[in-house]
Amino acid sequence: MKLSNTLEQRYLLRIADAALILSQRNSEWCGHGPILEEDLALANLALDLLGQARALLTHAGAADGLDEDQLAMLRLEHQFLNPVLFELPHAADGRKPGDFAFTVLRNTLTAVWFTLLWTRLQASSDTEVAAIAAKAVKESRYHLQHSGDWCVRLGDGTADSHARMQAALERIWPYVDELFQADAVDAAAEASGLGPSWASLRGEWRAQAEALLARATLALPKDRPNAHGGRLGVHSEHLGHLLSELQYLQRAYPGGTW
Amino acid sequence: MSTTQNEWPLWEVFVRSKSGLDHKHCGSLHAPDSAMAVQMAREVYTRRQEGVSIWVVKSEHIVASDPGEKGQLFDPADDKVYRHPTFYKLPSSVDHM
Repeated sequence: MKLSNTLEQRYLLRIADAALILSQRNSEWCGHGPILEEDLALANLALDLLGQARALLTHAGAADGLDEDQLAMLRLEHQFLNPVLFELPHAADGRKPGDFAFTVLRNTLTAVWFTLLWTRLQASSDTEVAAIAAKAVKESRYHLQHSGDWCVRLGDGTADSHARMQAALERIWPYVDELFQADAVDAAAEASGLGPSWASLRGEWRAQAEALLARATLALPKDRPNAHGGRLGVHSEHLGHLLSELQYLQRAYPGGTW
Repeated sequence: MSTTQNEWPLWEVFVRSKSGLDHKHCGSLHAPDSAMAVQMAREVYTRRQEGVSIWVVKSEHIVASDPGEKGQLFDPADDKVYRHPTFYKLPSSVDHM
């Protein structure tokens, strides 16, 4: 698939792919949730993220004459621009459905990030992006409330739940830095008014995340960021497996519809 | 005797579908406390725009009438037609009421 790959398109795809890939990950819980009520909650959350991804993909592909389905189902691994954090499997050993502590923490920390991002994108110079953000910010605020609630309960819960949450946090922390690295795509978006540079969200994200983790009685891990290039299309070994599932139907039956 | 509580308490959920209408009982769910019960009710019972407001109450706090006493509680009302306004004839000067 040929993409024009403009700075603007890449900025939008990074956000769209973060939502799409996290949606796919969370949907793995469908039918496997720890309790029926939370099973539905995770599916609802995944559907919200999917809706956000669809709107942004549609918008990002318009200039190239590509629709949301083509972008989601036919792009290759290196054409996805989400940060690596969003594609990590729920369990360190890859077992499905996975580690609920990890799910809760990733959903919480990314909901803080999405909420900050959507809030700022409401003032985008691109009116369509602003409209998408106005709808999405309500969803991400709820995601933050719901996941944050679990985060505090499990972190400040039993010795066992606390240990699992702390272990999940240690696993997540090295991947967080990629959400705030500045580069040319970011700078261009900031300059044109399309959206904030992700780097500018770091301070506020950090303050909110630290406050939440403190309420959950979790110890902040040492900052030792991994060098990750998900936003440049350089992914972990996990994305290919995720895409093989996500894209299976269109690969096996090209153009298939129902 | 010490027992460990492994089951979350049961909550009854009431949803108001529109401003101005009553909250209606729509089902029940398990949740560890009231805050989570409201969230879970939102997830389970308002996914398709069913509501604008949610009440939850612990099922154990609802005191119900005994189904076995249905006869003595409710049957005596059967033959008290004069308790309905339709029992009374309106004076012809009152056209519509």
